[in-house]
Amino acid sequence: MLYREAGQFKTTYGDDQAIFPIRQDRWGIAIVLAIAFVVLPAVATPYFVTSIMIPFLIYALAAIGLNLLTGYCGQVSLGTGGFMAVGAYAAYNFAVRVPELNLIVVFLLAGGMAALVGVVFGVPSLRIKGFYLAVATLAAQFFLDWAFSRIKWFTNYTPSGSVAAPPLDLFGIAINTPDRRYYLILTIVVVMALAAKNLVRGRVGRSWMAIRDMDIAAEIIGIRPWRAKLSAFAVSSFYIGIAGALWAFLHLGAWEPLAFDINRSFTLLFMVIIGGLGSIVGCFFGAAFILMVPLALNQIPLALGMPLSTAMISHLEFMIFGALIVFFLIVEPHGLARLWGLGKEKLRLWPFPH
Amino acid sequence: MKKHWRIAALGAFGAAAFALTGAADALAQGEQFLPRLVYRTGAYAPNGVPFANGYSDYLNMLNERDGGINGVRLVQEECETGYDTARGVECYDRLKAKGATGAGLVDPLSTGITFALTEKAPGDKIPLITMGYGRSESQDGSVFAWNFPLLGTYWAAADIIMRHIADKEGGYAKLKGKKITLVFHDSPYGKEPIPLLEELAKRHGFTYAGLPVTHPGVEQKATWLQIRQNRPDYVLLWGWGVMNSTAIKEAAAVNYPRNKMIGVWWSGAEPDVLPGGDGAKGYLAAALHAIGDQFPVHRDVYKLVYDKAKGAGKKEEVGQVLYNRGLVNGFLATEAIRTAMARYGNKPLTGEQVRWGLEHLDITAARIKEAGFEGLVYPLKISCQDHMGSARARIQQWDGAKWSFVSDWIEADRKLIDPMVTAAAKKYAEEKKITPRDCSKEM
Repeated sequence: MLYREAGQFKTTYGDDQAIFPIRQDRWGIAIVLAIAFVVLPAVATPYFVTSIMIPFLIYALAAIGLNLLTGYCGQVSLGTGGFMAVGAYAAYNFAVRVPELNLIVVFLLAGGMAALVGVVFGVPSLRIKGFYLAVATLAAQFFLDWAFSRIKWFTNYTPSGSVAAPPLDLFGIAINTPDRRYYLILTIVVVMALAAKNLVRGRVGRSWMAIRDMDIAAEIIGIRPWRAKLSAFAVSSFYIGIAGALWAFLHLGAWEPLAFDINRSFTLLFMVIIGGLGSIVGCFFGAAFILMVPLALNQIPLALGMPLSTAMISHLEFMIFGALIVFFLIVEPHGLARLWGLGKEKLRLWPFPH
Repeated sequence: MKKHWRIAALGAFGAAAFALTGAADALAQGEQFLPRLVYRTGAYAPNGVPFANGYSDYLNMLNERDGGINGVRLVQEECETGYDTARGVECYDRLKAKGATGAGLVDPLSTGITFALTEKAPGDKIPLITMGYGRSESQDGSVFAWNFPLLGTYWAAADIIMRHIADKEGGYAKLKGKKITLVFHDSPYGKEPIPLLEELAKRHGFTYAGLPVTHPGVEQKATWLQIRQNRPDYVLLWGWGVMNSTAIKEAAAVNYPRNKMIGVWWSGAEPDVLPGGDGAKGYLAAALHAIGDQFPVHRDVYKLVYDKAKGAGKKEEVGQVLYNRGLVNGFLATEAIRTAMARYGNKPLTGEQVRWGLEHLDITAARIKEAGFEGLVYPLKISCQDHMGSARARIQQWDGAKWSFVSDWIEADRKLIDPMVTAAAKKYAEEKKITPRDCSKEM
């Protein structure tokens, strides 16, 4: 009744190809953006902004990056943490060694470096697929981990190998309060998510999906596999690199290679799988699920006044969270994005399903 | 229709998750709030648990005995970090604004979390106590106004251990040509002592080699194979959690003499040596404080906390190395609050006020005796410039059943460490564009 496209006639090709063709979707997006930009900073506590929203947005951005590669182009990657590290350390080196660079330029350069490294480690994908490629990207993860903890130039010869972001400022505004960091991240994430959404609907995205669905068929219809695969690695790593730079500069502030270890790669892969492979909105669902559910589970007992020990709460968190992952994978193997899609389908017919 | 309930359940769950993550509980006014970043689960739990228990018991004991500090009760809330930096930052953000005046101080209990919080603490005006850990250059209070690595940093620890080796060998001159190997946890924690060891190697002509062990440290076969081939004269161990016990077991397996292995003070507790059984006999480690439950403070802890069944852990574990470390950390933290109360009055204090207390902390031998810590800890005095206070430790040896001291208090060479600290702090200040405080003008 509410969510129905009847009566919305498309009279131009432009209308038909719009990124959100249904009016209610456009309204929905506008409302979500209004909440994110206006309502949330006004009502949320600093804790909610710094510890929930900021990591959530950065994780979502990294998940989009991984989803472009794994969900859209079908190339499994376990090197996400390593590519995030490339972004973080590249941003650090650009910011410290060339202090006059604008922060946005630093982030873009960091993404560019990550894209370069991504392409290099994407080369094996031209010959190997599936599990074997996963192992090759795993090598990237370990190599990059090793490089950032052993090659001292990357960390500017700090004694303990832990580096700290320099003071950040953007067009003369110091990015030092939770709200300012949040706005910067939110803007970057919104712009990049829209760009990703457009990218996957266009020629490049379609060539990735063709490769994912059947590479030989794609080749026969004129898609060059190396160009499609390497562009997927480049764009994906660009996103992940920027996410890494944001994570390091705006979330942690100081970090060591351990912040981007193999666990980060797995976490992101889980986000993409739980959220939905081949879906941009799924990245947000996945990031929200993996990040927020454990934090919520950790705080529920205290909020309800249950006298549980810290260790017990922690164990419960792991058990319930694990069970929930299994539950969601069983009820909807295609991820939360698929549940969302089903919900919308049902809503279209509601309240007269027949 | 079948999937409706799933979608509804999902929605309800999401809403619940959202609502609860922001939930905050009201704490009574007139109480000093102390956030407690702990790890009671995961690979580091065997070491994290006794420390957390000691700290918690000390605060509870003060509440029972004196009604807190000068009548201001202490409330604490634990948050599990699992030794994970991102989770630690989340815990810090969760707890920093609770209580009547917000967090008075924070003990991150992880070098990685310390590094991350070092960037946040000045903005939030909350001091960090990193007793015996943290970043070594934060000893320089003129640059690191909010960091307090009380009782010793890793540079101090490395120097103390090397001094002990030099004493045993008969002076630094005898170290020439010796091989010293550091087996370290591959994280900022483990890498901290490296610059100092490299400096000492240059000065005294011994060869230094570092062997990193990846987190969590259960896989060390290759490391100890290298040690077996190179046969270094001494092995320094900079491990934490299961890494320590694994290292001792591997040393026994390659038959490297345990009495040539010296651990830092985080590698010398019961959970580190007990799993090694007889193989751990002879193993040495630095000790920041005494061991055992024979001190007056333990009598109060037994009487007021454990006899009332309010203990955080098992009664048998009171007096263990890391339990006592938690006690000492609790003691120093509460003394800082006490010092600050002398200036700001007997009420809950803000982080800024506690920072003043930390900077003017002067724990004399008389005060230590009065608090029941006599013989347990060395006196220390903090100033604006020096945030470490005292840098002394003893060397202890495990005989298969208990630890006993094999050296007297060894003091780190401040003439060696201080210039290195100043140089590193200066570099940090330049990178972060901090103008160091002029300590001669500070009150």
